[in-house]
Amino acid sequence: MRSTAHAFTENAKRAVEDPQLKRAMGHVRKGFIEKRAKARARLPEFEALRDAGREIKDHTLAHLDFYLEHYEKTLTAAGGRLHWCATAEEARAAILEICRQAGARTVTKGKSMIGEEIAINDHLEANGITPVETDLGEYIIQLRREPPSHIIAPAVHLTKDLVEADFRAHHKQLPEGRSLSEPAELVAEARQVLRQRYLEAEVGITGANFLVAETGSSVIVTNEGNGDLTQCLPKVHIVVASIEKLVPTLEDLNVLLRVLARSATGQEMSTYTTLSTGPRRPGDPDGPEAYHVVLLDNGRSAMIGSEFHEALRCIRCGACMNHCPVYHAIGGHAYGWVYPGPIGSVLNPGLIGIEEAHHLPNASTFCGRCESVCPMRIPLPRMMRHWREKEFERHLTPASVRTGLTLWAALARRPRLYQALTRIGSALLGRLGKRGRFESLPLAGGWTRFRDMPAPEGPTFQSLWAEQRGTPGGTSGGKR
Amino acid sequence: MTDDRPSVGLFVTCLVDLFRPSVGFAAVELLEQAGCRVEVPRAQTCCGQPAYNSGDRADTKAIAEQVIAAFEPYDYVVAPSGSCGAMIKDHYPALFADDPALGPRAQALGDKTHELISFLTDVRGLEAVAVTWPGGATYHDSCSGLRELGVKAQPRRLLESVAGLELKEMADSEVCCGFGGTFCVKYPEISNSMVEQKADTIEASGADLLLAGDLGCLLNMAGKLKRRGSGVQVRHVAEVLAGKRDLPAIGESRGS
Repeated sequence: MRSTAHAFTENAKRAVEDPQLKRAMGHVRKGFIEKRAKARARLPEFEALRDAGREIKDHTLAHLDFYLEHYEKTLTAAGGRLHWCATAEEARAAILEICRQAGARTVTKGKSMIGEEIAINDHLEANGITPVETDLGEYIIQLRREPPSHIIAPAVHLTKDLVEADFRAHHKQLPEGRSLSEPAELVAEARQVLRQRYLEAEVGITGANFLVAETGSSVIVTNEGNGDLTQCLPKVHIVVASIEKLVPTLEDLNVLLRVLARSATGQEMSTYTTLSTGPRRPGDPDGPEAYHVVLLDNGRSAMIGSEFHEALRCIRCGACMNHCPVYHAIGGHAYGWVYPGPIGSVLNPGLIGIEEAHHLPNASTFCGRCESVCPMRIPLPRMMRHWREKEFERHLTPASVRTGLTLWAALARRPRLYQALTRIGSALLGRLGKRGRFESLPLAGGWTRFRDMPAPEGPTFQSLWAEQRGTPGGTSGGKR
Repeated sequence: MTDDRPSVGLFVTCLVDLFRPSVGFAAVELLEQAGCRVEVPRAQTCCGQPAYNSGDRADTKAIAEQVIAAFEPYDYVVAPSGSCGAMIKDHYPALFADDPALGPRAQALGDKTHELISFLTDVRGLEAVAVTWPGGATYHDSCSGLRELGVKAQPRRLLESVAGLELKEMADSEVCCGFGGTFCVKYPEISNSMVEQKADTIEASGADLLLAGDLGCLLNMAGKLKRRGSGVQVRHVAEVLAGKRDLPAIGESRGS
């Protein structure tokens, strides 16, 4: 997708003023958080599982070359075919080629963030192939021609009445007077419309939550069962996944599955957990004739060993954004590229460049709630700070900010001068702010546009302390 | 006569120094009541977070080195702020982790640095204060204190001992107020949306007094509450624990 991350400030301004978005985000703020908290409380070993999961991912990343090669062997032995793709362009080309060879006119798709990352739908459409999203949320945003606003709940920015209006506008073949006010009715209608498409499609594309090196399997977790129909009904199944999805063994997979759904939706397990290992074997009742895995790097291997290495532990549960007050305020679209929320603020600069995505790691209060819920314990605030350091080192920080910082830091390193100046400044402001606060202040518009500025009490602590206790550095308690 | 009280170097914090010295004096009183000898090194300005959080490591290190030198002589370093406390305690050692000379000094300083309220309870064993403060109060958990230093139960335990004070928990007391240092002026619309949400939950708690342990958050929330015309008063928790009832609340003046 085309990035608007550089326009983050404008995106965010529009978002906070959107009353419909505010209503929709209210559900994120409550629902996801309560459900995760309950799931965590029900599982005494949850914290231990987080540690175990982190270790599995750390181990895999440390030996990623080994596991990737092993995965290729087991996958090939199972009859699958691996396509190594260094860039999004290579991945798009590989997928298009497979679709062409299958003579595909319609392609069904399960939810895939890598699919978004490489903008596969646009590419297929441009080449005369119709992609049909089968995940309900993805289907809705495909109708609206919008990107997802959340990595597991792509249409979370929408309210039910908007979806109803979209369905009425797009499903003209259905009776006008039908009732669509209940969520179950919307789901049923989407199912009805999509059923035919599953049967028409020559190729099904899914993502993968995990790839298992031991067996060559791809794993998807879904709640709608759409992924299973997408990968079983067409002749050809294409998995698009990125290199960090790998885990060594089925045992390891088990540990990660136990934290994934709990962190994401508060479920113990997703409704469907489906492992695919190669194409249909003789005697299998169903399954595709061909099974391809398009494995994408797209900048990830450059993160290995860098300050951002640990971000590759991410299992895409969405807990960081579900708990992020900035995400709650602006929704996912404002971030301007595929991955929203705290993980996006760390990943996107690595994938599309810090020049384009420089706002994202800055738009955080470092409140730390994301790290506290991340099942893989990714130190997200620390990594956002690292991006700010890169930005500063490369002189991408605005000149006015740099100058202000340099002046302030020079002052902060000279305590005597600092105290002389603050003494004058706070006394002056204290006198001017007789009401105890200012409704406007020069140079503080960012603050006073929305809030009053409490006035200083008067003299600084340091000046009062020096008066009361005598000498600088004076001791309390008097007698020695 | 020798003084065998432990020495505490008070890290005043730049915001307390500038905006609300009374919080510093309340901290001194509480520390003295807890049997400490308090000193205020003159060679302190700020902990360096504005530079650190702007990606300016060189200036951060220069400021941190100055703080390390100024506070090394004391048995403890105490700050009336979880944010500045965590900066010295956790982030200074990380900043100098690869520095053979400053690394161990930063670690040693970090090890003896504490946020005020948790120092009083966890290190000095304070269980109650002998003050009266009638009314209903709600406590906001400032992010750094909560998540980096584990400050959560300590202020509530001490507040429960205040005669006449009733604690009324707000919903989402652990959610950030939107201050975030320079964040609040770099992204004012987002910050405003966050503090609006916070003000809603504060008002819904039914408390007439909002408390927290970090002045940055308090200035933000007080500024928003005042702009909304709310009657909720806003104070640093140390003011209440030290019984500073004569002091006007944040953003108010005598007689307002």
